[in-house]
Amino acid sequence: MPNLTIQYMFKQLKPTYIIVSILISSIVFLVACSELEPAAPADEDILDGPLEGLTNAQSAQFLAGDIAFNDEIFTKDKGLGPVFVATSCGSCHAGDGKGTPFTTLTRFGQVDHTGNKFLHLGGPQLQNRSIPGFNPETIPTGATFSKFTPPANTGLGFIELVPDSAILALSDPNDMNGDGISGVPNWNTVPSYVDILENAISQNGKYICRLGKKASTFNLLQQTVNAYNQDIGITSTFNPIDVYSGHSIDPEVSDKTVRDVVAYLQMLKAPIQRETENVEIENGKNLFIQIKCAACHVPQLQTDFSIISALSYKTFYPYTDLLLHDMGSDLDDGYTEGSAKTYEWRTPPLWGLGLSPGSQGGKYFLMHDGRAKSIEEAIEMHGGEAAQSKNNFQQLSATDKEKLIQFLKSL
Amino acid sequence: MIKKIVLFCIACMYAQLTFAQIDSTLLNNVIADTGKQTLNMDAVYNRPFLGIGKLPVSLGGYAEVNWQHIGTDGVSEGHQFQMRRMTLFVASTISKKIKFLSEIELEEGGKEISVEFASIDVEFHPLLNLRGGIVMNPIGSFNQNHDGPRWEFTDRPISATQMLAATWSNAGFGLFGKTYKNNWMFGYEAYLTGGFNDDIIDNEMNKTFLPAAKVSAERFEEGNALLTTKIATRHSKFGELGLSYMGGNYNTYKNDGIVLDEKRQLHVFAMDYNTTLPKINTTITGEWAWINIDVPSSFTQQYGNKQRGGFLDIVQPIFKRKILGWDKAVVNLSCRLEYVDWNVGTFNETGDNIGDNLWSVMPAISFRPTAQTVFRFNYRYQLQKDVLDNDPSKTGGFSFGISSYF
Ligand code: HEC
Ligand code: HEC
Repeated sequence: MPNLTIQYMFKQLKPTYIIVSILISSIVFLVACSELEPAAPADEDILDGPLEGLTNAQSAQFLAGDIAFNDEIFTKDKGLGPVFVATSCGSCHAGDGKGTPFTTLTRFGQVDHTGNKFLHLGGPQLQNRSIPGFNPETIPTGATFSKFTPPANTGLGFIELVPDSAILALSDPNDMNGDGISGVPNWNTVPSYVDILENAISQNGKYICRLGKKASTFNLLQQTVNAYNQDIGITSTFNPIDVYSGHSIDPEVSDKTVRDVVAYLQMLKAPIQRETENVEIENGKNLFIQIKCAACHVPQLQTDFSIISALSYKTFYPYTDLLLHDMGSDLDDGYTEGSAKTYEWRTPPLWGLGLSPGSQGGKYFLMHDGRAKSIEEAIEMHGGEAAQSKNNFQQLSATDKEKLIQFLKSL
Repeated sequence: MIKKIVLFCIACMYAQLTFAQIDSTLLNNVIADTGKQTLNMDAVYNRPFLGIGKLPVSLGGYAEVNWQHIGTDGVSEGHQFQMRRMTLFVASTISKKIKFLSEIELEEGGKEISVEFASIDVEFHPLLNLRGGIVMNPIGSFNQNHDGPRWEFTDRPISATQMLAATWSNAGFGLFGKTYKNNWMFGYEAYLTGGFNDDIIDNEMNKTFLPAAKVSAERFEEGNALLTTKIATRHSKFGELGLSYMGGNYNTYKNDGIVLDEKRQLHVFAMDYNTTLPKINTTITGEWAWINIDVPSSFTQQYGNKQRGGFLDIVQPIFKRKILGWDKAVVNLSCRLEYVDWNVGTFNETGDNIGDNLWSVMPAISFRPTAQTVFRFNYRYQLQKDVLDNDPSKTGGFSFGISSYF
């Protein structure tokens, strides 16, 4: 009899137990569930993300630009092509990191400062892909060409704000200091839609340009307008010429979107150096300076005034002088832009270098066309003005080389 | 008369008459018997329907509501509440051996309304039926057998929705039939319907994406013909095996009589299997599909010419008994494994593998107070790689949902 009562009690209690345990576990769940989701990678391990200290309004524009840059995919209906290289900015600049041979651009038709002689045959950029029913471009016979692998595009807001005077101060066209390293800016014409800053320095109607492998682009607006036009086949009011027909057509991207993308690029944070406390890395940095890498890859620059206070008068660490250098005949592709020589290349910023494999499919594709498959290979390819520095590197002991490379990977 | 209506309901082949709780004189619940052996092709028939009074029409449907909390690489969407979809079935028997069946789906709070299925079926012989209307292309098994309450997971399989375009239906005609012998069952289906369009290689997903063709309702009016065929066989012990093919031109090669492009084709092969293990009652359901698409070589490899993917569901009932007043309530432990590769191949430039793939594992616990209703609680862990084959983004989180026929 008592047994039966107990059984009966259990029978009665069971649903209550079930209900109570469901309620309790649901509450625990609702509170804890975000803890069980994959964590964010550390800020220092990724390239994309906004500057610290943006206002809410700036953050909103950053987000609008982020969406346009990464998520807006161009289709035939939205104006893609008809000839193009890729379907969105983000297709080539994944995670705002460097690209791969798949996303590499080909440019052709210019051998010196007198300009591109193949504009009527599709120059300067090869649109090697086309929507169905159209034929992509091919490189015209007689045209020399070069391949450009997408660079990382973080921290460009800082780079855009380095005053011309600072760039000129770093240049040494006649190698007055006798270190074998000269360095010249790229003087180029600037399209009329670009607002020239008051402190810009000009020479015969040309301005100091700083973006791109040949430093032939003036600022982020010009870079963005060109990218839409030449890389995706998208016209804008800034550049209404269709790459395929050569005629002006209706704008396929709005001014607002272009401005948002520019703002996004300006407000992307600078890459954050990792393992700064590590002595090996500190030693590596000293070696970098000692063997004259830093003569071109200048560690530190300053910005001028900006209405974005997070960018205004800031010191930053890009490891570039934004100047062109003779890199020797092996890196001479016979193609150029602006006033650069075919063998001259702009010193690429080295910040973010160690994060390159994160967007290059786990590999390295370094130098302008991705020909170097490791950092060491990239250094070995330095010639011309950088030959002495390269030789210095070769003289280093294996452990010192290792320290230098570790330092570069920490950037 | 009431009896007649009930008979008319196509589900009635397997129906058991039960008494509706509300007013048994008005509503006749025709409960599909999920225990009987059927093929996936019977799924549209094998649904619970409700006959109303003397109307020669029966109604049915299902609804799905979800809560989820899911995040990718530290970015969480927070608590999300979703009325995923509400689907209505209307069926009627027009005359002897002529039936009409339809399924209308309302998604995203009614923003998206689509006729998933609306066909007139005429039976000449069990082995020869004619179907015309908006038909569900029988590719794989999920497309035809997609009702929410049948599954133990809050989400539909990714390979079905994001690769094979489930729920994929088109206007068209076709034949189907079924036969039995001893422990064997055999069925076939063959339809000629409207088909895909250029959007599958030109869309905002930036990948070859068959579901992109669903966006355009033009496919119900004009466009490319698509052949879909399926054969399926079931053995009462070994389970059901289906082999299906779907293919045809997908691009607008001609418009107003003017040639615009060469004809380009797409081919989809799928294999599906399901079985219930004896004694332990484990159900295993799987589907795998291969897609080949003629993407112009001058276009970008961003859009793949080969895809493949599928899912495997393992469902283990852990107990079946009276719970909280439901007599035959069941609790299941399940797991779904999924894989999709939207771009099989290597880059022309490097020979390196093209990424654009996804892995997912989804353990689940579900509670079925009755066969028609399921409460399910899932955890998803998913790794997705971009086209360049970079380190995958990680997604994880929980979802809870209720799905029920009504
Ligand atoms: C086809 C691939 C591709 C696409 C698409 C593409 N880019 Fe680029 N991007 C490149 C390459 C290659 C370079 C280097 C070009 C050069 O050096 O002149 C580059 C350079 C840049 C730079 C300059 C970086 C620097 O350090 O100097 C910016 C900024 C940029 N792209 C923004 C964009 C924006 C904005 C879009 C979309 C409107 C876009 N890109 C689309 C490949 C691409
Ligand atoms: C004379 C100026 C100069 C000196 C000195 C120099 N570099 Fe460079 N470096 C360049 C230029 C210019 C490039 C780009 C060449 C190209 O794109 O083809 C470059 C490219 C690189 C790259 C590849 C970056 C990338 O994103 O692809 C690395 C790494 C590098 N340098 C490291 C070094 C190291 C280490 C030293 C010292 C041993 C050094 N550099 C010395 C000018 C210089």
